[in-house]
Amino acid sequence: MSAALETPAARPFMAAQGAAVLVILAIACLLVPAYASAWTIEAILLPFLAFSLAGLGLNLLTGYAGQVSLGSAAFMAVGAYAAYNFQLRLDLPLPLTFLFAALTAAAVGVIFGLPSLRLKGFYLAVSTLAAQFFIQWLFNKFGWFSNYSPSGVISAPVLGFAGITFDTRESRYLLALSVVVVITFLVHRFVNGPARINLIAVRDNETAARVIGVPVLRTKLTAFALSSAIIGIAGVLWSFTYLRTIEPEGFNLDRSFQILFIAIIGGLATVRGAFLGAGLIVVFPLLLSRGSAWILDGGLDAGTVQLTQRIILGATIIIFLILEPNGLSAILDRITARTRSLFAKITRGRA
Amino acid sequence: MTGLALTEPALLPERRAVAPQTVSAATRSQVQPVQGTRLRLEGISLAFGGIRALKDVSFDIREGEIRAVIGPNGAGKSSLVNVISGLYRADRGVITHGGESFAHVPPARLPGLGVARTFQNLALFPGLTVAQNIASGLVFRRKRGLFAQLLSLPKARAETRETEARIREIAGFLGLSEHLPRLVSTLPYGLQKQVELARALIAGPRLLLLDEPMAGLTGAEKTAMAAHIRAVRDRLGLSVILIEHDIGVVMGLSDRIVVLDHGEVIADGSPDEVRRDPEVIRAYLGQDAAGATSGAEAA
Repeated sequence: MSAALETPAARPFMAAQGAAVLVILAIACLLVPAYASAWTIEAILLPFLAFSLAGLGLNLLTGYAGQVSLGSAAFMAVGAYAAYNFQLRLDLPLPLTFLFAALTAAAVGVIFGLPSLRLKGFYLAVSTLAAQFFIQWLFNKFGWFSNYSPSGVISAPVLGFAGITFDTRESRYLLALSVVVVITFLVHRFVNGPARINLIAVRDNETAARVIGVPVLRTKLTAFALSSAIIGIAGVLWSFTYLRTIEPEGFNLDRSFQILFIAIIGGLATVRGAFLGAGLIVVFPLLLSRGSAWILDGGLDAGTVQLTQRIILGATIIIFLILEPNGLSAILDRITARTRSLFAKITRGRA
Repeated sequence: MTGLALTEPALLPERRAVAPQTVSAATRSQVQPVQGTRLRLEGISLAFGGIRALKDVSFDIREGEIRAVIGPNGAGKSSLVNVISGLYRADRGVITHGGESFAHVPPARLPGLGVARTFQNLALFPGLTVAQNIASGLVFRRKRGLFAQLLSLPKARAETRETEARIREIAGFLGLSEHLPRLVSTLPYGLQKQVELARALIAGPRLLLLDEPMAGLTGAEKTAMAAHIRAVRDRLGLSVILIEHDIGVVMGLSDRIVVLDHGEVIADGSPDEVRRDPEVIRAYLGQDAAGATSGAEAA
């Protein structure tokens, strides 16, 4: 990228950040499959990857383009059901299945994005609720989508491509990881390229954007299409690599809110925010339940523990938003800045 | 649209020679190319419910002219700018941009018609850097699509390089060079006003609408802004519509002045004519007319 048009925050830390990303990637690719326990992969890493991708997709729409959506889970469902039906009926190879699932979700996203051309803020959020309810109803109502499965719950077929089948835990993990890495790289390029100007201009001041000739309509619909496509892929990962079942109830409003929390808590308009937010949403409840089991030693019944967890999680989110509206990403920024100045002091002290 | 004088190499040395700060009121250019009319308003009327914001307003702006629109609060100045830039739809009347006539100008067409504007209250994009804010004024001309940008194809890269060169040039012109990589929201108000001017100028407009460019600026900043406005007209020969409260600035800067009161044009002419117009003195300048005009002459 060019110097003058770059976002300044990205530059001074470029080398360190790049190195950190490479180290994390190396651990994720090499060490995790070899040493991580089954529980770590199944209960933490697989949902984390799917959630991160969904959070990233929503962040593109809400964080960068400023369009609030409460229909993320619906787009996940579209991706999952599309992938299932493309595999079942057309027997497409894996990359094409992913591509077509993404395109289907993008098309649905554009349709439900049309109200954004007239509606803003809360009104738009309410209209995206229509997507949430309509799509869940659609998949429940018409048996064709689930191939007339009597229970309405489909077990997702094993994915395979070019002689490799992704049936083991590690292979599913590596498949999810590669998809997330590729898409994250593309999103990173997209939001730091010239498109950033269109997105942020529409977000920050729509009237000014229109008067200076930013194509507001096209920018909004592009954001809806890309965001839904990414969330759709997240839905495929969620269903095929994590749960290995597909049912409409798995993509309810709760899920949509979870994704919105991930985007907000992680930090709007940042790429890494989606990963930090997803980490918190996935890991925090597990820590809470482990902690409560350890402290109370099974003294409370499971229902009470789950309720308590929800209360603590909710309270944490509120405290969080008050103390750090810019999310975990901003906290990480401060930590790295402090560490750097500390290092600088130490090296100066030696010299 | 292609003939942006600022990018023509032949004009560059001259532009550098006249740094905006060195242009004093005394060197005010009297060059007035008399070819053609840039903008013509005919019988513009606009009402909000029962309130008539504009009543049968007609005037024109010549090429290369600085045309001020003044009037007391609520006279309809901002409504007029919003009608010209298509944010409001006039109830009656015709707007002629260059050779094209409209009942209502679609705002998205403004850059193509060579019209750029600034806003009374800053309308920058706080989440972008100064350079990116200025670049947003060129977005309408970008041809390379999404995938070309993503893959960083040679033509998309060339387009980006071109954009950057222009940003540097405009920033140098307005004294913003050192601030380019900063987030625009971290700049002081006066500089943000300059960024908005730069964003308007980068597309090479033929008509610039400035809605209270001096509002909120300090004395020194006002002088600099006035120098910039005069310099862009002198260097680039573009027409300027200047909505302004500060009488001293208007008198010293504009070629012709329109005076609005209660949505009606009550006077139209050179600063001297307007200053002597009894109607204007009564409606706008009030009892302090003598003091205000002598103050303007001093400025």
